Amino acid sequence: MAELRSSASAHAAQVLRYYFYYSMAPILELRKLVKHFPGQQAVREISLVIPRGSFFSLLGPSGCGKTTTLRLIAGFEQPTSGDVLLNGEIVNQRQPYERNVSTVFQNYALFPHLTARANVEFGLKRHRATDIGRRVREVLELVGLTGKETRRPAQLSGGERQRVALARSLVLQPDVLLLDEPLAALDPKLRKQMRVELKALQRRAGVTFLLVTHDQEEALSMSDHLAVMNEGRIEQVGSPEDVYLRPRSRFVAGFLGAVNWISGAGIRPEAVRLLPAGEVTPGDATSGDATPDRRAPGVVTGSVFLGDCVQVLVRLHSGEDTVAQLPRRAALFQPGDPVQFTWSAADEMTFP
Amino acid sequence: MKRWLGLYAVAFFAFLHLPLLTLTVFSFNSSRFTKWEHFSLVWYRAIFRDPQILQGAWNSVIIALWATVLSTVIGTLCAYGLWKRNSRTLTGALYLSLVTPEIVSGIALLALFQWAFRWLHWQLGLYTVVLAHIAFCIAYVVIVVSARLRTLSPALEEAAMDLGANPWQAFWYVTLPALAPGILAAALLALTVSFDDYVITSMVAGVDSETLPMVIYAMARRGASPVINAISAIVTLVFGVLILISERVRER
Amino acid sequence: MKLRTWFLLPAWLSLVLLFAVPFAIVLAYSFLTRGVYGGIELPWTAESYRRLFDPLYLAILWRSFAMALAATALCLLLAFPAALFISRAARHKNLYLQLVMLPFWTSFLVRTYAWIFLLRDTGLFNTALQALGITHGPLPLLYNDGAVLLGLVYGYLPFMVLPIYATLDRLDPALVEAAADLGARPLATVWRIVVPLSRPGIVAGSVLVFIPCLGAYLTPDLLGGGRTVMVGNLVQNQFTTARDWPFGAAVSIALMALVALVLVVFLRRQSEPLA
Repeated sequence: MAELRSSASAHAAQVLRYYFYYSMAPILELRKLVKHFPGQQAVREISLVIPRGSFFSLLGPSGCGKTTTLRLIAGFEQPTSGDVLLNGEIVNQRQPYERNVSTVFQNYALFPHLTARANVEFGLKRHRATDIGRRVREVLELVGLTGKETRRPAQLSGGERQRVALARSLVLQPDVLLLDEPLAALDPKLRKQMRVELKALQRRAGVTFLLVTHDQEEALSMSDHLAVMNEGRIEQVGSPEDVYLRPRSRFVAGFLGAVNWISGAGIRPEAVRLLPAGEVTPGDATSGDATPDRRAPGVVTGSVFLGDCVQVLVRLHSGEDTVAQLPRRAALFQPGDPVQFTWSAADEMTFP
Repeated sequence: MKRWLGLYAVAFFAFLHLPLLTLTVFSFNSSRFTKWEHFSLVWYRAIFRDPQILQGAWNSVIIALWATVLSTVIGTLCAYGLWKRNSRTLTGALYLSLVTPEIVSGIALLALFQWAFRWLHWQLGLYTVVLAHIAFCIAYVVIVVSARLRTLSPALEEAAMDLGANPWQAFWYVTLPALAPGILAAALLALTVSFDDYVITSMVAGVDSETLPMVIYAMARRGASPVINAISAIVTLVFGVLILISERVRER
Repeated sequence: MKLRTWFLLPAWLSLVLLFAVPFAIVLAYSFLTRGVYGGIELPWTAESYRRLFDPLYLAILWRSFAMALAATALCLLLAFPAALFISRAARHKNLYLQLVMLPFWTSFLVRTYAWIFLLRDTGLFNTALQALGITHGPLPLLYNDGAVLLGLVYGYLPFMVLPIYATLDRLDPALVEAAADLGARPLATVWRIVVPLSRPGIVAGSVLVFIPCLGAYLTPDLLGGGRTVMVGNLVQNQFTTARDWPFGAAVSIALMALVALVLVVFLRRQSEPLA
């Protein structure tokens, strides 16, 4: 009896420990991850912790190593050194089919000979899952594909194909869903709509998403956290606001949006206000967060109409070409007009 | 999986190539039996002392050259004509000639020649073999040259004609030079196919036109002989060199 | 006349004179009567076709069909993994392809003869087996169905590898990765994804192997030692030793019909032509 009790308590302790460990360890962690290809260092050294349940983006220009990082996590590539940890466990040696992560491929890689339903069932059958019918039905409902089950990928639209790809991965309840430029194959209008849907889907499904993209707007609008990558390294990790407003390097500042570089300081075009030459106070007194306490004289060289706003190009007397992004009605400047280029010191981005 | 596949590939290529390799190795064996004694060229010497083999080889070369030249010309012109505008009947007939079992083609041609000779009082000979070989080589030439033509832009000829060339000049000065590598490959294929053919040849060959494959066949029917090994080695070597040369020419 | 017409003329002439006319003659022969000293005579009759249904000849037709089917299946079994290996090779892909193509350039007769050399009573296999003390007399390896099957497989294997390789090479590698990603082990990936998607190549390869095997003459003749008679040997036999031309012609027509049937059945669902 005592034996039984002690074994029961030992078991309970183990369960507790496991539960504690499981819930505390980050769902995905990269430790000093390095990947060399012949003649190329794709990933130089990456360490990263991805919180459970978050929408995390890897953002960077093409060739920065973000896709390689994703493939290392999925298990398609073996790291040269360093570790990939899932739930606190090193999974370097595990094959892709032994890792509880799932990938949504750039062109979706749907199996062309299988119907939408068979594509979704594929992974469940490989895992010898039970209750396949119900789970497939639920996930198809989740992504909004009910009624299209019997179609082949060739008979689906681009957006629908993406939903099949998402459903196919989500149905396996992966620890992390890896998305490799999932919106790149869609047309621009659908892309904006899918951003919202993808974010909503992540909340509903409660699965950790790791998205790889080169589109900063995409990363900024969807992510809880993002990591900016360049030349195989991580430049900065943080929330979208953090990274956008407080970039830690010139590269990050430039990659996330347009920047005017004036004597070493960076100013975003939307933080600029233009005043007719000679005026000292802002003409538009209603819009006033920070007082524009810095100024530089210049001449308007042109403007670009963008619909909701106007970009005015200004050549400063000091020689720099700059851009100011202004509300449409505030942009009554003609080429050749002398102007004051003004901004607030609080909006300046400076780097060592 | 990867390792197993690699191991399998080794076995696969061994199966594909070891038979001919051992065949060649034993052509240098001094013994008539399949037991290695010592290196010797005795079987090669035997080839050059056997007038039947030499005559057969000579016949084969003559036939193959004629069949290659004629079928290459006919086939190239045909491929070009089909490229301009396809003819389903002609393409169908070409494919049909390709899938017809050799033995059926052989007896059909034999029947044709025998039927024609009732009136013409001719005899089976080298020329009947050449005709038969042309019949089955054309399809190979058309397929190879057509594949090359498909990579060619029709705009090339249009440009030539726009600059004042007539259709014949456009073909001769523009398309034909661009096709040259394909034609060479086709000719080489026709040459090997013609040189190698036994079944059709044996049907339509006259008494004075025994070819090398017919000699080899007759010897093989009597059982294995190291002389065949030696012939095989020479034939394989000659074709190997021809292919290497053609690859070089194509790369230039 | 236009240039194109002149260009097609020689091909038309050769095909009509050397293919259509001979074929028409064979068709005519098949409906004639056998002459007393061989050759053909009137009257017209369908007797030769009736004889085709003699159980003896039906058995030969069936045997050829089964042989060709077995050879095709074996080729497929042997060629698929090889094609998979080549398509997945990181380096030397061209070298491997050349190695597969090489037999195309060596004589078919020589390659068939190689098996006589290896399999005969005093051949390499028997000599080696006896030298190693595994057997004490020669095994009857040559002149049986097995030897014929081996010869057919060996002769036409490259025809199976190349089309399968062509489809595998076009296969999007992301599909294989996606399968692994969804939990499929390598074998399951091959069976559920790679094989179904390489079907066009498998079909094309099967046709390219099956058709020449069905009408094979040289291989059964040399490796079967006259004992295994396939339909090709039957045709040859009727035109030479038996001197029954009408029946030989009828068998030829039946063989052609069988080839055409196979082509239609196999290729009906295939949009791509053979080449």
